[in-house]
Amino acid sequence: MNFKLQKIVPQLITVLAVVLVFGFFSYNAQVNMENRGIDFGYGFLSQESSFDVQFSLIEYDGSHSYFRAYLVGLLNTILVSVIGIIIATILGIIVGVARLSPNYLINKFAAFYVEFFRNIPLLLQIFFWYFAALRALPLPQDADAMFGVFFLTIKGLYVPAFVWENFNVFFYSIVAAIIAIVVIRIHARKVQETQGKQLPVLWISLGLIFILPLLSFLIGGVSLSFEIPKLKQLAATSYKYEGGLNLPPELIALTLSLALYTATFIAECVRAGIQGVGKGQKEAAASIGLNPNQVLKLVVMPQALRIIIPPTTNQYLNLTKNSSLAAAIAYPDLVLVFAGTALMQTGKAIEIVSITMLTYLSLSISISILMNWYNKKIAIKEK
Amino acid sequence: MSKINFLRPDKDNLNTFLYLGSLLFSISVLDVFLNSFFNVNITGFLPTLLSFVIPLVIGFIGLHFIRIEHSGYKFLDSLNKNINTNSFNAVLSLLIIFVIIKATPPILSWFFVDASFAGDSKDVCSGSGACWTYIKVWFNRFMYGMYPNAEQWRINLSFISLALLGSVGYFATEKFKKYLTLYYVVIYPFIAFLFIFFFISGGPVFFDFSYGIIAAVISIILGFFIPSRFKFYYFLIVPITLYIVLKYFVFYEELIELGKLDGLNWVETGAWGGLSLTFIISFFCLIFCFPIGMAFALGRRSELPLIRYISVGFIEFWRGVPLITVLFMSAVMFPMFLPEDFFIDKLVRAIIAISLFEAAYVAEVIRGGLQALPRGQYEAAKSLGMGYWKMHIFVILPQALKLVIPGIANTFLALVKDTPLIFVVGLLEIVGMLNLAKTNPEWLGFAMEGYVFAAIIFWIICYAMSKYSYNLEQKYKTER
Repeated sequence: MNFKLQKIVPQLITVLAVVLVFGFFSYNAQVNMENRGIDFGYGFLSQESSFDVQFSLIEYDGSHSYFRAYLVGLLNTILVSVIGIIIATILGIIVGVARLSPNYLINKFAAFYVEFFRNIPLLLQIFFWYFAALRALPLPQDADAMFGVFFLTIKGLYVPAFVWENFNVFFYSIVAAIIAIVVIRIHARKVQETQGKQLPVLWISLGLIFILPLLSFLIGGVSLSFEIPKLKQLAATSYKYEGGLNLPPELIALTLSLALYTATFIAECVRAGIQGVGKGQKEAAASIGLNPNQVLKLVVMPQALRIIIPPTTNQYLNLTKNSSLAAAIAYPDLVLVFAGTALMQTGKAIEIVSITMLTYLSLSISISILMNWYNKKIAIKEK
Repeated sequence: MSKINFLRPDKDNLNTFLYLGSLLFSISVLDVFLNSFFNVNITGFLPTLLSFVIPLVIGFIGLHFIRIEHSGYKFLDSLNKNINTNSFNAVLSLLIIFVIIKATPPILSWFFVDASFAGDSKDVCSGSGACWTYIKVWFNRFMYGMYPNAEQWRINLSFISLALLGSVGYFATEKFKKYLTLYYVVIYPFIAFLFIFFFISGGPVFFDFSYGIIAAVISIILGFFIPSRFKFYYFLIVPITLYIVLKYFVFYEELIELGKLDGLNWVETGAWGGLSLTFIISFFCLIFCFPIGMAFALGRRSELPLIRYISVGFIEFWRGVPLITVLFMSAVMFPMFLPEDFFIDKLVRAIIAISLFEAAYVAEVIRGGLQALPRGQYEAAKSLGMGYWKMHIFVILPQALKLVIPGIANTFLALVKDTPLIFVVGLLEIVGMLNLAKTNPEWLGFAMEGYVFAAIIFWIICYAMSKYSYNLEQKYKTER
């Protein structure tokens, strides 16, 4: 009896406290909103937003709804995160491997990079790139072309745009190549398990991924041309580039700083992962006659990845969340467009902040569910 | 002397290879050195591309010649082992050496040679180097924000005395060592709070929470005399009752002005700023987030389902959202949740928001430590007849916390690095002050100097913290 009570009373008290706090908050919110004449509801999402966004991936202007503004912000956040994750991963792997190099100079260089960039606040790095480094770039009319087609100016990076014809045929050919590769891999594994033969999977895959898209050019009527940005004079001292794609300086500064900052953490994860594989494993693999490539591919990497992937996914999540710092340099991401401009215009603080938080929350919870599933799949199965 | 094969340096012709190799290597380094420091190009007579690549080629051949295993020279062997193991490593080493040589002169000239230090106006900064005059003129603002110049001694004095009080641990004798935890966990934060509230902000002594402090102190003292069976319920009821009694029946509103420290002006938190605000926020968030995080870590490991679910919900919620939206919430949404006449200072709101946010991360780190402990520790403690709290305080937590020192240090580092985000609620610590100074029409165009200055400061703070945590980890490492 007493034992049971000991378990129930603390739970009851905790729940009571939580309910009280939430009740207190929602009661106050109700009273406050009544006093100020604000009504609660998500109907504003379909209203006309009447503000413009500088940079958007989908068609958008002031006549679209608030919901579309939300989508614009969300897509911009995803764009920055994806580019940042790709660069950070490549850089992180290089630096992480370099930190394990027997070469003293490379080792110290990588260590210096990690210690330098991880100990400076991300916001400061973003400000540095945006307000100090990128502001020192030339004006559009003074910019030199890189490889003849890229123009790095104070107004951003101008790159050639791809002009496709029959793009969908090209896309299908790539999808077909990927499916074929997967099928071949499964088949190769079966062959190895039943007959002990090894098929040259890598070469076949490489061949497929080149040949199928090439065929789509030759037979499928796909053609690709580049639209190179051209300098155009607007007024006596005002120039701009026409054509091509413009990556605004906000985007460049944000992705650059996010990638440089997160790469330090990924590098540490990679280093820890590779170091975490015992020396005995490599020696044992070598002693049963595997060559160095096979040791790396079949013994070291599967074990290292088990250590590397969970913390690295965490870093990807961090990068995505940190991309919200975009608001500080006016890159139109979710926080700036929705929790900033839209909030100022509608005054619907509770609704908008809750939507913004829920978006990030569902993003990170879905990734962590995925990660848990993966973790369970690759975990060592103990008997 | 046998025949020399230049493709395969060997030990027989050691001296030939050694002299030739080091000569070529020195030439390549000298070429880059002259080129970057004195702007002399000794291979200038060659075509541009060739004269650009030639130091690399010469250096590579040189390193190839001196790559001789077991040469007998200690220096040569260690050099080969460290930077010259194979051709690929040799190229990378050369490239890094060249980059360092190339980067030194511009960095030196920007930082020191061409930089201006003297004077106190923008006019002295005409050179191509950094304008440290800008930092000098604005130094006060970067350190103290908008805090009135005449009152800044209050901040200095508080920080110095707090630093002295904080270093007590180093001088404590064996006899007092056991009280140190109590001192650092309870008394020191309390003193720090008093200093900051009464001294830096100049607040009145008999302010609202003073009743709370008095109630807490009285109930803790009385708590020693309560039998342990009733302690839980005692601490649940008595402090709050005491607080209400004190607030509404003993002291009166007129007393608020009474205790104000004489001659200290009230400086509202909006005027605080600069590096001192960074320290204040980091300090308080650090103090608050640790116990909250510990509580939720224990809650997540609890056997009671409701407590566990609430803890999981709390932790996952804060870990799932970016700090900037949390601060947005504390700025625009939180006031809606409070009674209309109830006002919480924005600094306090920011501290609460950051503390709750970081507490979730601390909780996950501590949970890692709790999970890493072998089950035998729990079972041994239970078999000695220890209850839940006794077991955790004396057996589990000391070991678990030792295990997670690096993780906690990383979280604290993240906290310090997150403080600049408080610009969202309108507070300007050092990065915010930089952005303000940058837009001053008299001092346009010195963004670089400001950010470099702040970066150096943050780097020193964070690097020192990580090194300290490393030392701590080594000190408390126990062999298992």
